[in-house]
Amino acid sequence: MSGMRAMRVREALTGYLFILPTLVGFLVFALGPMLFSAYLSLHEWEIFSPPKFVGLDNFKFLPEDTRFTAGFVNTLKFVIAVVALNTTLALGAAVGLQTKMPVVLRNFFRTSYFLPVVMSMTSVAIILSFLFHKEFGIVNYYLGLVGIEKVPWLASSSYALSSVVLATVWKTFGFDMILFSAALNNVPRHFYEAAEIDGASAWQRFWRITVPQISPSLFFATVIGIISHFQVFDAAYLMTRGGPGDATRTLVMTIYEDAFGSLRLGYGSAMAMILFVIVMVLTILQFKWGQKLVHYQ
Amino acid sequence: MATSQTYSRINRFSAQRAVGRMVIYAIMVVIALLVILPLVWTFATSLRVPRDSFTLPPRWIPTDWKWSNYADVFDSVPFGTYVFNSLKVTSLIVIGQVVTCSMAAYAFARLRFPFKNALFLLLMSSLMIPVFVTIIPVFALVRAIGLVDNHASLVLPSVTSAFGVFLLRQFFMTIPTELDEAAVIDGAPPWEVFVRVIVPLGAPGIAVLAILSFNGFWNEYFRPLIFLNSFDNFTIPLGLVALRGFMGTGNIAIVAAGIMMATVPVMVVLMTMQRYLIEGIAMTGLKG
Repeated sequence: MSGMRAMRVREALTGYLFILPTLVGFLVFALGPMLFSAYLSLHEWEIFSPPKFVGLDNFKFLPEDTRFTAGFVNTLKFVIAVVALNTTLALGAAVGLQTKMPVVLRNFFRTSYFLPVVMSMTSVAIILSFLFHKEFGIVNYYLGLVGIEKVPWLASSSYALSSVVLATVWKTFGFDMILFSAALNNVPRHFYEAAEIDGASAWQRFWRITVPQISPSLFFATVIGIISHFQVFDAAYLMTRGGPGDATRTLVMTIYEDAFGSLRLGYGSAMAMILFVIVMVLTILQFKWGQKLVHYQ
Repeated sequence: MATSQTYSRINRFSAQRAVGRMVIYAIMVVIALLVILPLVWTFATSLRVPRDSFTLPPRWIPTDWKWSNYADVFDSVPFGTYVFNSLKVTSLIVIGQVVTCSMAAYAFARLRFPFKNALFLLLMSSLMIPVFVTIIPVFALVRAIGLVDNHASLVLPSVTSAFGVFLLRQFFMTIPTELDEAAVIDGAPPWEVFVRVIVPLGAPGIAVLAILSFNGFWNEYFRPLIFLNSFDNFTIPLGLVALRGFMGTGNIAIVAAGIMMATVPVMVVLMTMQRYLIEGIAMTGLKG
């Protein structure tokens, strides 16, 4: 019996030892900073002197700060546009990949759709900024061939955000496509065969079988997409630096600018808290309604 | 009569289907072109005489084959140093995550110890903390211990990952427990089960984590932007932005050459291992 107990103790000790590095990392670089961020959001702090308690002043100022409100609204618009386009494009591509075709062709399509996912947003933003250049960019050149006037993609506040959306969709739709492809592979073939015998059109099969069958994935991809695109920074920062004016300033960019540009770390933390609450609510939503997707093999 | 009607219906169906399939192919080709053409343009431009890089109509085939643009990248910025820095930072993070995450994942998947589930849930809660929420305190911490402009500021906070623990735990739970029980009966202590059974059998999962993590940190822009400030410490993404800054819009060919060098080798490696990447994404819905 004592041998059994010794084994149990050894197992538990090994367990603690094995999770120790991860736990320390979690406490020092996630939980600790999270709590400190909450603390800072109630303070004024310029890093060189001790934080000064200001209560909810930081949060009260947020609605009056036009940079913040512009950033927030831009981020919302950005998220809606990117998620809608990504879902449509990715679902189309994933369904397309299911049609009968030679393996080589299928691999070619999948690889090319997936290619931008592994690229850095830095490279993508630089390349697409060149292509979107008003005078010399090839996008405007080809639009010109079909009679469309030169579009000031990056230089005008009415187009800049759309350009950042397009660049982001270009880079990220392949990610959603992978999720949808995996889900589509799990839809039982005989559903489609049965529907076909009953004379259902491709359109009907798509809406009556495909969409309901993969709805957990659609939901999951949408929530994950909202969460990750809410944190947009690289694309907007590298393509337009938030401009022209505030046209492409995003929530994270205002955090960055206030905290590291003007060293208002307390105020930046207050914005970070807003971001945290949004992400948390979305995550809980996903866990509550998206349970179906969590399957342990 | 009835049969001929059925036949004509089937014929109409297969004709419709053929048309439908053509439409699908056409759309897929268009999307593929929209993805590939910007990359082709970048390649063609990287080999052009710099002053011609913006000539319209665009030429899709390299005309001048000016490989010296690639050498010019090294004259403009210390590109070799950037590659070295990126390799150093990324490989340290990947090695750290592979080691710490597989150990923790094994403990959470197999070992019994008090508060296991509570600790796991606590750890998983950090999955919903975006890097941007903790960046201010982490920066303050990095500054307090004097690591600003030091690669350790990027490596230390990323040496382990809740995502990695989650991913590997999922993989390890698919390994039949009979295998470690057999080792336990042979008298192997838990760490030996880990080394002899779990690591070899969980290798595909570990590969998925390593590749996802490599991809994510290799491309990282935000934290390096904040933590690094001297030119010689830059990683590739910062280096590319610096290169673009130097060149303005006047010398795109050299920027394109830099992008090609930064992108192509890694892209080739990652695409050959895309099975792992895709598996990881499909399994968790998250990227590194």
